[in-house]
Amino acid sequence: MRDCFVAALLEIARQNRRVLLMTGDLGFGVLDSFARELPLQFLNAGVAEQNMTGMAAGLALEGRTVFTYSIANFPTLRCLEQLRNDVCYHEANVKVVAIGGGFSYGALGMSHHATEDIAILRALPGISVHAPCDEVETSAITSLLVTQDGPSYLRLDKSKLAPLQDADEFRPGRLRLLRSGRHAAIMVCGGIAGEAIKAAESLAREGIECAVVSVHTLKPIDAEGVLDIARRYPAVLTLEEHVLSGGLGSIVAEILVDSGIRPRAFARMALPDQYCSVVGTQEYLRAHRGLDALTVANRMKALLSTAC
Amino acid sequence: MIISTQQLANRIRRHAIHMTSSGKSSHVGSVLSMADIVAVLYGKILRKNPQDPRWPDRDRFLLSKGHAGAGVYAALAESGFMPLEKLRTHYQNGSDLSGHVSHKDVPGVELSTGSLGHGLPVACGMAKAALLDGRTHRVFCVLSDGECDEGSNWEAALFAAHHKLRNLVAIIDYNKIQSLASVAETLALEPFADKWKSFGWEVINVDGHDHSALIAALEPRVGSDRPLVTIAHTIKGKGVSFMEGSVLWHYRSPQGDEFKAALRELEAGEKPDA
Repeated sequence: MRDCFVAALLEIARQNRRVLLMTGDLGFGVLDSFARELPLQFLNAGVAEQNMTGMAAGLALEGRTVFTYSIANFPTLRCLEQLRNDVCYHEANVKVVAIGGGFSYGALGMSHHATEDIAILRALPGISVHAPCDEVETSAITSLLVTQDGPSYLRLDKSKLAPLQDADEFRPGRLRLLRSGRHAAIMVCGGIAGEAIKAAESLAREGIECAVVSVHTLKPIDAEGVLDIARRYPAVLTLEEHVLSGGLGSIVAEILVDSGIRPRAFARMALPDQYCSVVGTQEYLRAHRGLDALTVANRMKALLSTAC
Repeated sequence: MIISTQQLANRIRRHAIHMTSSGKSSHVGSVLSMADIVAVLYGKILRKNPQDPRWPDRDRFLLSKGHAGAGVYAALAESGFMPLEKLRTHYQNGSDLSGHVSHKDVPGVELSTGSLGHGLPVACGMAKAALLDGRTHRVFCVLSDGECDEGSNWEAALFAAHHKLRNLVAIIDYNKIQSLASVAETLALEPFADKWKSFGWEVINVDGHDHSALIAALEPRVGSDRPLVTIAHTIKGKGVSFMEGSVLWHYRSPQGDEFKAALRELEAGEKPDA
Protein backbone atom coordinates (compact mmCIF):
# COMPACT_ATOMS: atom_id res chain seq x y z
CA MET A 1 0.00 0.00 0.00
CA ARG A 2 2.90 2.32 0.81
CA ASP A 3 4.47 2.05 -2.63
CA CYS A 4 1.08 2.42 -4.23
CA PHE A 5 0.45 5.61 -2.22
CA VAL A 6 3.81 7.10 -3.18
CA ALA A 7 3.32 6.26 -6.85
CA ALA A 8 -0.17 7.77 -6.84
CA LEU A 9 1.01 10.90 -5.08
CA LEU A 10 3.95 11.35 -7.44
CA GLU A 11 1.61 11.16 -10.41
CA ILE A 12 -0.68 13.77 -8.85
CA ALA A 13 2.16 16.04 -7.74
CA ARG A 14 3.59 16.13 -11.26
CA GLN A 15 0.35 17.74 -12.41
CA ASN A 16 -0.35 19.79 -9.31
CA ARG A 17 2.59 21.88 -8.16
CA ARG A 18 0.77 22.96 -5.00
CA VAL A 19 1.03 19.42 -3.60
CA LEU A 20 3.88 19.06 -1.13
CA LEU A 21 5.12 15.93 0.65
CA MET A 22 6.77 16.23 4.07
CA THR A 23 8.38 13.34 5.90
CA GLY A 24 9.51 13.02 9.49
CA ASP A 25 12.79 11.49 8.32
CA LEU A 26 11.21 8.16 7.41
CA GLY A 27 10.62 6.39 4.12
CA PHE A 28 14.13 5.09 3.36
CA GLY A 29 14.31 4.07 -0.28
CA VAL A 30 10.61 4.75 -0.77
CA LEU A 31 10.46 8.51 -1.19
CA ASP A 32 13.68 8.86 -3.19
CA SER A 33 12.03 9.01 -6.59
CA PHE A 34 9.59 11.68 -5.40
CA ALA A 35 12.36 13.73 -3.78
CA ARG A 36 14.61 13.45 -6.83
CA GLU A 37 11.97 14.34 -9.38
CA LEU A 38 10.12 17.04 -7.43
CA PRO A 39 12.65 18.57 -5.02
CA LEU A 40 10.60 21.75 -4.59
CA GLN A 41 7.61 19.68 -3.51
CA PHE A 42 9.44 17.56 -0.96
CA LEU A 43 10.64 18.43 2.53
CA ASN A 44 12.32 16.24 5.11
CA ALA A 45 11.38 17.90 8.40
CA GLY A 46 13.76 15.73 10.38
CA VAL A 47 12.78 13.73 13.44
CA ALA A 48 10.49 16.51 14.60
CA GLU A 49 6.82 15.68 14.14
CA GLN A 50 5.47 18.63 16.11
CA ASN A 51 7.31 21.08 13.88
CA MET A 52 6.45 19.07 10.77
CA THR A 53 2.74 19.23 11.55
CA GLY A 54 2.74 22.89 12.58
CA MET A 55 4.70 23.75 9.45
CA ALA A 56 2.31 21.72 7.34
CA ALA A 57 -0.51 23.88 8.71
CA GLY A 58 1.45 27.03 7.86
CA LEU A 59 2.19 25.83 4.33
CA ALA A 60 -1.44 24.80 3.87
CA LEU A 61 -2.75 28.15 5.10
CA GLU A 62 -0.59 29.67 2.35
CA GLY A 63 -2.32 27.62 -0.32
CA ARG A 64 -0.58 24.26 -0.48
CA THR A 65 -1.96 20.75 -0.07
CA VAL A 66 0.49 19.15 2.31
CA PHE A 67 0.94 15.43 2.98
CA THR A 68 2.79 14.61 6.20
CA TYR A 69 4.30 11.15 6.11
CA SER A 70 5.70 8.96 8.83
CA ILE A 71 5.15 5.58 10.43
CA ALA A 72 3.02 4.15 13.21
CA ASN A 73 1.97 6.78 15.79
CA PHE A 74 4.56 9.42 14.93
CA PRO A 75 2.54 11.62 12.53
CA THR A 76 -0.62 11.31 14.64
CA LEU A 77 -0.22 10.90 18.38
CA ARG A 78 3.22 12.48 18.79
CA CYS A 79 1.85 15.73 17.38
CA LEU A 80 -1.81 15.31 18.25
CA GLU A 81 -2.23 18.84 19.58
CA GLN A 82 -0.69 20.33 16.43
CA LEU A 83 -3.23 18.29 14.48
CA ARG A 84 -6.05 19.51 16.70
CA ASN A 85 -5.19 23.20 17.07
CA ASP A 86 -3.14 24.08 14.01
CA VAL A 87 -4.58 21.75 11.38
CA CYS A 88 -8.17 20.94 12.31
CA TYR A 89 -9.22 24.21 13.97
CA HIS A 90 -7.83 26.08 10.96
CA GLU A 91 -9.39 23.61 8.48
CA ALA A 92 -5.97 23.41 6.86
CA ASN A 93 -5.34 21.23 3.83
CA VAL A 94 -3.10 18.79 5.61
CA LYS A 95 -3.28 15.09 4.84
CA VAL A 96 -1.66 12.93 7.49
CA VAL A 97 -0.35 9.62 6.20
CA ALA A 98 0.70 6.91 8.64
CA ILE A 99 2.43 3.86 7.26
CA GLY A 100 2.04 0.79 9.41
CA GLY A 101 -1.52 0.64 10.68
CA GLY A 102 -2.29 -1.94 13.38
CA PHE A 103 0.45 -4.56 13.81
CA SER A 104 2.23 -3.81 10.50
CA TYR A 105 5.41 -3.25 12.51
CA GLY A 106 4.50 -5.95 14.99
CA ALA A 107 8.02 -7.14 15.73
CA LEU A 108 9.24 -3.61 16.47
CA GLY A 109 7.25 -3.55 19.67
CA MET A 110 4.48 -1.60 21.35
CA SER A 111 5.79 1.85 20.38
CA HIS A 112 5.23 0.90 16.73
CA HIS A 113 1.78 -0.69 17.13
CA ALA A 114 -0.73 1.81 15.72
CA THR A 115 -3.80 0.48 17.41
CA GLU A 116 -5.69 3.47 18.87
CA ASP A 117 -5.27 5.95 16.02
CA ILE A 118 -8.72 5.69 14.43
CA ALA A 119 -10.54 6.33 17.70
CA ILE A 120 -8.35 9.29 18.58
CA LEU A 121 -8.22 10.90 15.16
CA ARG A 122 -11.92 10.55 14.42
CA ALA A 123 -12.73 12.57 17.53
CA LEU A 124 -11.14 15.64 15.94
CA PRO A 125 -13.82 17.80 14.31
CA GLY A 126 -13.48 18.27 10.56
CA ILE A 127 -10.97 15.52 9.73
CA SER A 128 -11.77 12.65 7.39
CA VAL A 129 -10.43 9.22 8.31
CA HIS A 130 -9.54 6.53 5.78
CA ALA A 131 -8.20 2.99 6.14
CA PRO A 132 -8.01 1.34 2.70
CA CYS A 133 -7.71 -2.42 2.36
CA ASP A 134 -6.03 -2.70 -1.03
CA GLU A 135 -4.23 -0.81 -3.77
CA VAL A 136 -7.44 0.14 -5.56
CA GLU A 137 -8.68 1.99 -2.50
CA THR A 138 -5.25 3.41 -1.60
CA SER A 139 -4.72 5.00 -4.96
CA ALA A 140 -8.32 6.25 -5.28
CA ILE A 141 -8.30 7.79 -1.79
CA THR A 142 -4.94 9.45 -2.40
CA SER A 143 -6.42 11.21 -5.45
CA LEU A 144 -9.56 12.04 -3.54
CA LEU A 145 -7.66 13.71 -0.70
CA VAL A 146 -6.12 16.21 -3.09
CA THR A 147 -9.51 17.31 -4.41
CA GLN A 148 -11.17 17.44 -1.01
CA ASP A 149 -10.59 20.52 1.13
CA GLY A 150 -9.56 20.21 4.76
CA PRO A 151 -7.69 17.76 6.95
CA SER A 152 -7.56 14.02 6.39
CA TYR A 153 -5.96 10.98 7.92
CA LEU A 154 -4.86 8.07 5.76
CA ARG A 155 -3.93 4.86 7.60
CA LEU A 156 -1.93 2.47 5.46
CA ASP A 157 -1.19 -1.14 6.29
CA LYS A 158 1.76 -3.26 5.40
CA SER A 159 -0.63 -6.08 4.53
CA LYS A 160 -2.98 -5.66 1.64
CA LEU A 161 -5.66 -7.59 -0.05
CA ALA A 162 -4.75 -9.45 -3.23
CA PRO A 163 -6.75 -8.23 -6.25
CA LEU A 164 -10.29 -9.60 -6.18
CA GLN A 165 -12.26 -10.48 -9.30
CA ASP A 166 -15.69 -9.73 -7.93
CA ALA A 167 -15.09 -6.68 -5.77
CA ASP A 168 -17.14 -3.60 -6.47
CA GLU A 169 -15.53 -0.53 -7.92
CA PHE A 170 -14.40 2.17 -5.51
CA ARG A 171 -16.95 4.90 -4.93
CA PRO A 172 -15.89 7.87 -2.79
CA GLY A 173 -17.35 7.71 0.69
CA ARG A 174 -19.41 4.58 0.02
CA LEU A 175 -18.98 1.12 1.47
CA ARG A 176 -17.35 -1.25 -1.00
CA LEU A 177 -18.50 -4.81 -1.39
CA LEU A 178 -15.45 -7.05 -1.66
CA ARG A 179 -17.29 -10.36 -1.74
CA SER A 180 -20.99 -11.04 -1.87
CA GLY A 181 -22.98 -13.44 0.29
CA ARG A 182 -26.52 -13.77 1.55
CA HIS A 183 -26.32 -15.24 5.05
CA ALA A 184 -24.08 -12.82 6.94
CA ALA A 185 -21.74 -9.88 6.49
CA ILE A 186 -18.34 -8.86 7.82
CA MET A 187 -17.60 -5.14 7.83
CA VAL A 188 -13.88 -4.51 7.90
CA CYS A 189 -11.32 -1.73 7.49
CA GLY A 190 -7.68 -1.93 6.44
CA GLY A 191 -5.51 -4.81 5.31
CA ILE A 192 -7.08 -7.20 7.80
CA ALA A 193 -9.80 -7.48 5.15
CA GLY A 194 -7.58 -10.33 3.92
CA GLU A 195 -8.49 -12.33 7.05
CA ALA A 196 -12.17 -11.57 6.46
CA ILE A 197 -11.96 -12.85 2.89
CA LYS A 198 -10.20 -16.04 4.04
CA ALA A 199 -12.84 -16.51 6.73
CA ALA A 200 -15.61 -16.04 4.15
CA GLU A 201 -13.94 -18.59 1.87
CA SER A 202 -13.79 -21.16 4.65
CA LEU A 203 -17.40 -20.45 5.66
CA ALA A 204 -18.43 -20.93 2.02
CA ARG A 205 -17.00 -24.44 2.14
CA GLU A 206 -19.49 -25.09 4.94
CA GLY A 207 -22.37 -23.61 2.97
CA ILE A 208 -22.40 -20.22 4.67
CA GLU A 209 -22.36 -17.34 2.20
CA CYS A 210 -20.75 -14.42 3.98
CA ALA A 211 -20.40 -11.01 2.40
CA VAL A 212 -17.31 -8.88 3.09
CA VAL A 213 -17.59 -5.11 3.00
CA SER A 214 -14.71 -2.67 3.14
CA VAL A 215 -15.29 0.46 5.20
CA HIS A 216 -12.38 2.37 3.69
CA THR A 217 -13.77 5.70 4.86
CA LEU A 218 -14.54 5.72 8.57
CA LYS A 219 -15.31 9.41 8.75
CA PRO A 220 -17.55 10.62 7.32
CA ILE A 221 -19.03 7.13 7.42
CA ASP A 222 -21.50 5.89 4.82
CA ALA A 223 -24.28 5.57 7.43
CA GLU A 224 -26.92 4.65 4.85
CA GLY A 225 -24.66 1.88 3.61
CA VAL A 226 -24.22 0.56 7.15
CA LEU A 227 -27.98 0.57 7.75
CA ASP A 228 -28.53 -1.19 4.46
CA ILE A 229 -26.19 -3.99 5.61
CA ALA A 230 -27.97 -4.12 8.99
CA ARG A 231 -31.35 -4.52 7.28
CA ARG A 232 -30.18 -7.04 4.74
CA TYR A 233 -28.19 -9.52 6.87
CA PRO A 234 -29.30 -11.36 10.00
CA ALA A 235 -25.74 -11.51 11.34
CA VAL A 236 -23.17 -8.71 11.07
CA LEU A 237 -19.62 -8.78 12.40
CA THR A 238 -17.14 -5.92 12.44
CA LEU A 239 -13.41 -6.66 12.23
CA GLU A 240 -10.55 -4.26 12.77
CA GLU A 241 -6.88 -4.26 13.76
CA HIS A 242 -7.53 -1.57 16.34
CA VAL A 243 -8.71 -1.40 19.94
CA LEU A 244 -12.37 -2.06 20.61
CA SER A 245 -13.10 1.40 21.91
CA GLY A 246 -13.78 4.01 19.29
CA GLY A 247 -12.90 2.18 16.09
CA LEU A 248 -14.94 0.66 13.28
CA GLY A 249 -17.07 -1.50 15.56
CA SER A 250 -17.91 1.49 17.74
CA ILE A 251 -18.77 3.62 14.73
CA VAL A 252 -21.12 0.96 13.35
CA ALA A 253 -22.67 0.34 16.77
CA GLU A 254 -23.32 4.06 17.20
CA ILE A 255 -25.15 4.18 13.88
CA LEU A 256 -27.25 1.14 14.77
CA VAL A 257 -28.19 2.46 18.20
CA ASP A 258 -28.97 5.95 16.90
CA SER A 259 -31.18 4.59 14.12
CA GLY A 260 -32.91 1.87 16.12
CA ILE A 261 -32.19 -0.55 13.29
CA ARG A 262 -30.09 -3.58 14.05
CA PRO A 263 -29.47 -7.01 12.65
CA ARG A 264 -30.65 -10.00 14.67
CA ALA A 265 -27.06 -10.67 15.70
CA PHE A 266 -24.19 -8.20 15.86
CA ALA A 267 -20.65 -8.52 17.24
CA ARG A 268 -17.41 -6.60 17.16
CA MET A 269 -13.99 -8.17 16.78
CA ALA A 270 -11.12 -5.90 17.74
CA LEU A 271 -8.14 -5.65 20.06
CA PRO A 272 -8.66 -5.74 23.82
CA ASP A 273 -8.09 -2.77 26.12
CA GLN A 274 -4.51 -3.82 26.69
CA TYR A 275 -1.12 -3.09 25.13
CA CYS A 276 0.59 -5.96 23.36
CA SER A 277 4.03 -6.72 24.78
CA VAL A 278 4.37 -9.83 22.64
CA VAL A 279 6.03 -9.22 19.30
CA GLY A 280 5.80 -10.95 15.96
CA THR A 281 4.73 -10.53 12.37
CA GLN A 282 1.43 -8.89 11.59
CA GLU A 283 -0.03 -12.30 10.79
CA TYR A 284 1.31 -13.78 14.02
CA LEU A 285 -0.05 -10.98 16.21
CA ARG A 286 -3.46 -11.13 14.56
CA ALA A 287 -3.68 -14.79 15.50
CA HIS A 288 -2.25 -14.07 18.94
CA ARG A 289 -5.04 -11.57 19.52
CA GLY A 290 -7.76 -13.71 17.94
CA LEU A 291 -8.23 -11.69 14.78
CA ASP A 292 -7.13 -14.35 12.27
CA ALA A 293 -9.35 -15.94 9.61
CA LEU A 294 -10.03 -19.11 11.61
CA THR A 295 -11.17 -17.24 14.71
CA VAL A 296 -13.26 -14.88 12.59
CA ALA A 297 -14.98 -17.80 10.86
CA ASN A 298 -15.72 -19.50 14.19
CA ARG A 299 -17.05 -16.27 15.65
CA MET A 300 -19.33 -15.81 12.67
CA LYS A 301 -20.70 -19.35 13.03
CA ALA A 302 -21.43 -18.69 16.71
CA LEU A 303 -23.06 -15.40 15.82
CA LEU A 304 -25.22 -17.02 13.15
CA SER A 305 -26.40 -19.60 15.65
CA THR A 306 -27.79 -16.79 17.83
CA ALA A 307 -29.41 -15.10 14.83
CA CYS A 308 -31.60 -18.03 13.88
CA MET B 1 -5.85 60.11 12.36
CA ILE B 2 -2.33 58.74 12.47
CA ILE B 3 -1.07 58.19 15.99
CA SER B 4 2.44 57.52 17.18
CA THR B 5 3.58 54.06 18.22
CA GLN B 6 3.84 55.43 21.77
CA GLN B 7 0.19 56.47 21.68
CA LEU B 8 -0.77 53.11 20.18
CA ALA B 9 1.09 51.28 22.94
CA ASN B 10 -0.67 53.35 25.57
CA ARG B 11 -4.06 52.65 24.02
CA ILE B 12 -3.31 48.91 23.83
CA ARG B 13 -2.47 48.99 27.54
CA ARG B 14 -5.64 50.87 28.43
CA HIS B 15 -7.78 48.53 26.34
CA ALA B 16 -6.08 45.60 28.06
CA ILE B 17 -6.97 46.95 31.50
CA HIS B 18 -10.60 47.43 30.44
CA MET B 19 -10.84 44.05 28.70
CA THR B 20 -9.27 41.96 31.45
CA SER B 21 -11.24 43.83 34.10
CA SER B 22 -14.68 43.52 32.52
CA GLY B 23 -14.09 39.88 31.58
CA LYS B 24 -12.36 39.13 34.91
CA SER B 25 -9.70 37.47 32.79
CA SER B 26 -6.03 36.75 33.44
CA HIS B 27 -2.79 37.70 31.72
CA VAL B 28 -2.92 41.49 31.89
CA GLY B 29 0.76 41.50 32.91
CA SER B 30 1.62 39.57 29.74
CA VAL B 31 -0.23 42.06 27.53
CA LEU B 32 1.38 45.10 29.17
CA SER B 33 4.77 43.45 28.79
CA MET B 34 4.48 43.12 25.01
CA ALA B 35 2.40 46.25 24.30
CA ASP B 36 5.35 48.23 22.93
CA ILE B 37 6.40 45.36 20.65
CA VAL B 38 2.88 45.00 19.26
CA ALA B 39 2.49 48.78 18.86
CA VAL B 40 5.75 49.07 16.94
CA LEU B 41 4.74 46.15 14.71
CA TYR B 42 1.23 47.41 13.93
CA GLY B 43 2.18 51.10 13.94
CA LYS B 44 5.41 50.98 11.98
CA ILE B 45 6.68 47.63 10.76
CA LEU B 46 3.95 45.34 9.41
CA ARG B 47 2.78 45.59 5.79
CA LYS B 48 -0.97 45.41 6.29
CA ASN B 49 -4.28 46.43 4.78
CA PRO B 50 -7.29 46.63 7.12
CA GLN B 51 -9.60 46.90 4.08
CA ASP B 52 -8.24 43.62 2.75
CA PRO B 53 -7.05 41.55 5.73
CA ARG B 54 -6.13 38.62 3.44
CA TRP B 55 -4.06 40.80 1.07
CA PRO B 56 -1.50 38.29 -0.27
CA ASP B 57 1.48 40.63 0.18
CA ARG B 58 0.74 41.42 3.82
CA ASP B 59 3.30 40.55 6.44
CA ARG B 60 2.09 37.68 8.60
CA PHE B 61 1.89 38.25 12.33
CA LEU B 62 1.45 35.29 14.67
CA LEU B 63 1.03 35.65 18.40
CA SER B 64 2.37 32.42 19.77
CA LYS B 65 1.86 33.56 23.38
CA GLY B 66 -1.86 33.43 22.72
CA HIS B 67 -2.76 34.24 26.34
CA ALA B 68 -1.91 37.87 25.55
CA GLY B 69 -4.54 37.91 22.80
CA ALA B 70 -6.25 40.99 24.24
CA GLY B 71 -3.23 43.02 23.13
CA VAL B 72 -3.56 41.86 19.54
CA TYR B 73 -7.31 42.42 19.44
CA ALA B 74 -6.68 45.96 20.71
CA ALA B 75 -3.97 46.60 18.09
CA LEU B 76 -6.24 45.27 15.33
CA ALA B 77 -9.16 47.42 16.45
CA GLU B 78 -6.93 50.50 16.70
CA SER B 79 -5.61 49.70 13.20
CA GLY B 80 -9.07 49.54 11.66
CA PHE B 81 -9.50 45.76 11.30
CA MET B 82 -12.58 45.75 13.51
CA PRO B 83 -14.68 48.31 15.36
CA LEU B 84 -13.31 49.44 18.72
CA GLU B 85 -16.67 48.59 20.29
CA LYS B 86 -16.06 44.91 19.56
CA LEU B 87 -13.34 44.93 22.21
CA ARG B 88 -16.07 45.24 24.85
CA THR B 89 -17.20 41.70 23.98
CA HIS B 90 -13.81 40.19 24.91
CA TYR B 91 -14.20 37.13 27.16
CA GLN B 92 -17.99 37.61 27.27
CA ASN B 93 -20.63 34.97 26.57
CA GLY B 94 -21.16 34.50 22.83
CA SER B 95 -18.11 36.52 21.77
CA ASP B 96 -15.55 35.62 19.07
CA LEU B 97 -12.83 37.29 21.13
CA SER B 98 -11.59 34.44 23.29
CA GLY B 99 -9.07 34.91 26.06
CA HIS B 100 -6.48 33.17 23.90
CA VAL B 101 -6.26 34.67 20.44
CA SER B 102 -8.57 33.13 17.81
CA HIS B 103 -8.79 33.74 14.06
CA LYS B 104 -12.41 32.70 13.53
CA ASP B 105 -14.41 35.75 12.48
CA VAL B 106 -11.64 38.05 13.68
CA PRO B 107 -10.12 39.78 10.63
CA GLY B 108 -6.37 40.18 10.85
CA VAL B 109 -5.64 37.21 13.10
CA GLU B 110 -3.61 34.67 11.12
CA LEU B 111 -3.45 31.89 13.68
CA SER B 112 -5.35 30.81 16.75
CA THR B 113 -3.05 29.91 19.60
CA GLY B 114 -3.30 29.31 23.31
CA SER B 115 -1.31 26.17 23.80
CA LEU B 116 2.30 27.32 23.86
CA GLY B 117 4.90 26.24 21.34
CA HIS B 118 2.61 26.25 18.31
CA GLY B 119 3.32 29.61 16.67
CA LEU B 120 6.92 29.21 15.55
CA PRO B 121 6.42 25.94 13.62
CA VAL B 122 3.43 27.42 11.77
CA ALA B 123 5.44 30.60 11.12
CA CYS B 124 8.19 28.39 9.63
CA GLY B 125 5.62 26.86 7.28
CA MET B 126 4.38 30.29 6.20
CA ALA B 127 7.92 31.60 5.73
CA LYS B 128 8.91 28.53 3.71
CA ALA B 129 5.81 28.95 1.53
CA ALA B 130 6.70 32.59 0.85
CA LEU B 131 10.25 31.65 -0.18
CA LEU B 132 9.02 28.83 -2.41
CA ASP B 133 6.62 31.24 -4.09
CA GLY B 134 9.18 34.04 -4.44
CA ARG B 135 7.11 36.44 -2.35
CA THR B 136 8.68 39.28 -0.39
CA HIS B 137 6.49 39.54 2.70
CA ARG B 138 7.87 38.60 6.11
CA VAL B 139 6.53 36.39 8.89
CA PHE B 140 6.66 37.69 12.47
CA CYS B 141 6.06 35.52 15.50
CA VAL B 142 5.93 36.80 19.08
CA LEU B 143 6.77 34.24 21.76
CA SER B 144 6.92 34.44 25.52
CA ASP B 145 10.02 33.48 27.44
CA GLY B 146 8.31 30.73 29.44
CA GLU B 147 7.05 29.36 26.13
CA CYS B 148 10.63 28.59 25.16
CA ASP B 149 10.41 25.64 27.57
CA GLU B 150 8.39 23.90 24.84
CA GLY B 151 10.54 21.60 22.70
CA SER B 152 8.56 22.30 19.54
CA ASN B 153 10.17 25.77 19.39
CA TRP B 154 13.60 24.21 19.22
CA GLU B 155 12.49 21.82 16.48
CA ALA B 156 11.35 24.89 14.55
CA ALA B 157 14.58 26.74 15.38
CA LEU B 158 16.60 23.91 13.82
CA PHE B 159 14.43 23.88 10.72
CA ALA B 160 14.43 27.65 10.21
CA ALA B 161 18.20 27.90 10.31
CA HIS B 162 18.79 24.80 8.20
CA HIS B 163 16.39 26.06 5.52
CA LYS B 164 17.65 29.66 5.71
CA LEU B 165 14.27 31.23 6.42
CA ARG B 166 15.58 34.79 6.14
CA ASN B 167 12.02 36.15 5.99
CA LEU B 168 11.21 34.82 9.47
CA VAL B 169 11.40 37.09 12.52
CA ALA B 170 10.83 35.70 16.01
CA ILE B 171 10.41 38.21 18.81
CA ILE B 172 10.67 36.99 22.36
CA ASP B 173 8.93 38.97 25.06
CA TYR B 174 11.62 38.30 27.66
CA ASN B 175 10.03 39.66 30.82
CA LYS B 176 11.74 36.95 32.87
CA ILE B 177 8.61 35.95 34.76
CA GLN B 178 6.50 32.94 33.91
CA SER B 179 3.37 31.46 35.35
CA LEU B 180 4.41 30.57 38.90
CA ALA B 181 7.83 32.11 39.37
CA SER B 182 10.72 33.73 37.56
CA VAL B 183 12.20 32.11 34.46
CA ALA B 184 15.51 31.71 36.29
CA GLU B 185 13.80 29.77 39.09
CA THR B 186 11.60 27.67 36.78
CA LEU B 187 13.74 26.53 33.86
CA ALA B 188 16.66 28.86 33.26
CA LEU B 189 17.01 30.03 29.66
CA GLU B 190 20.38 31.75 30.01
CA PRO B 191 22.64 32.01 28.14
CA PHE B 192 19.59 32.68 25.99
CA ALA B 193 21.09 34.63 23.10
CA ASP B 194 23.89 32.07 22.82
CA LYS B 195 21.33 29.28 22.49
CA TRP B 196 19.75 30.94 19.47
CA LYS B 197 23.15 31.83 17.99
CA SER B 198 24.25 28.23 18.31
CA PHE B 199 21.11 27.17 16.48
CA GLY B 200 22.19 29.39 13.57
CA TRP B 201 19.95 32.40 14.10
CA GLU B 202 20.86 36.04 13.89
CA VAL B 203 20.21 37.49 17.36
CA ILE B 204 19.45 41.06 18.37
CA ASN B 205 19.05 41.97 22.02
CA VAL B 206 16.89 45.02 22.48
CA ASP B 207 15.08 46.99 25.16
CA GLY B 208 11.53 45.86 24.48
CA HIS B 209 10.08 49.17 25.63
CA ASP B 210 12.37 51.39 23.51
CA HIS B 211 10.45 52.05 20.32
CA SER B 212 13.38 53.42 18.32
CA ALA B 213 15.45 50.40 19.22
CA LEU B 214 12.61 48.03 18.36
CA ILE B 215 12.06 49.74 15.01
CA ALA B 216 15.76 49.53 14.20
CA ALA B 217 15.77 45.83 15.11
CA LEU B 218 12.69 44.96 13.08
CA GLU B 219 13.25 46.95 9.88
CA PRO B 220 13.80 44.74 6.81
CA ARG B 221 17.33 43.39 6.67
CA VAL B 222 19.47 43.01 3.60
CA GLY B 223 22.13 40.47 2.91
CA SER B 224 21.32 37.95 5.64
CA ASP B 225 20.20 34.45 4.87
CA ARG B 226 19.45 33.60 8.49
CA PRO B 227 16.24 33.83 10.49
CA LEU B 228 16.20 36.64 13.03
CA VAL B 229 15.32 36.45 16.69
CA THR B 230 14.83 39.69 18.54
CA ILE B 231 15.17 39.10 22.26
CA ALA B 232 13.13 41.95 23.67
CA HIS B 233 13.99 42.59 27.30
CA THR B 234 10.77 43.70 28.91
CA ILE B 235 9.11 44.24 32.25
CA LYS B 236 6.03 42.21 33.01
CA GLY B 237 3.12 44.53 33.73
CA LYS B 238 4.99 47.51 32.19
CA GLY B 239 3.18 50.83 32.53
CA VAL B 240 1.30 50.14 35.76
CA SER B 241 3.63 50.57 38.72
CA PHE B 242 2.04 48.02 41.03
CA MET B 243 1.92 45.37 38.30
CA GLU B 244 5.50 45.75 37.13
CA GLY B 245 7.77 42.80 37.75
CA SER B 246 5.10 40.90 39.67
CA VAL B 247 4.20 37.24 39.22
CA LEU B 248 0.81 38.03 40.73
CA TRP B 249 -0.40 39.85 37.62
CA HIS B 250 0.06 36.89 35.33
CA TYR B 251 -3.31 35.65 36.58
CA ARG B 252 -4.89 38.46 38.61
CA SER B 253 -7.59 40.57 37.00
CA PRO B 254 -7.73 44.30 37.82
CA GLN B 255 -10.90 45.12 39.75
CA GLY B 256 -12.22 48.04 41.81
CA ASP B 257 -9.57 50.41 43.08
CA GLU B 258 -6.81 48.52 41.29
CA PHE B 259 -8.65 48.95 38.00
CA LYS B 260 -9.08 52.69 38.58
CA ALA B 261 -5.49 53.17 39.72
CA ALA B 262 -4.13 51.28 36.68
CA LEU B 263 -6.14 53.42 34.28
CA ARG B 264 -5.15 56.64 36.08
CA GLU B 265 -1.48 55.80 35.71
CA LEU B 266 -1.82 54.96 32.04
CA GLU B 267 -3.86 58.07 31.26
CA ALA B 268 -1.26 60.19 33.01
CA GLY B 269 1.45 58.42 31.07
CA GLU B 270 0.05 59.10 27.61
CA LYS B 271 2.38 61.27 25.61
CA PRO B 272 0.42 62.72 22.66
CA ASP B 273 3.48 64.24 21.04
CA ALA B 274 5.84 61.35 21.54
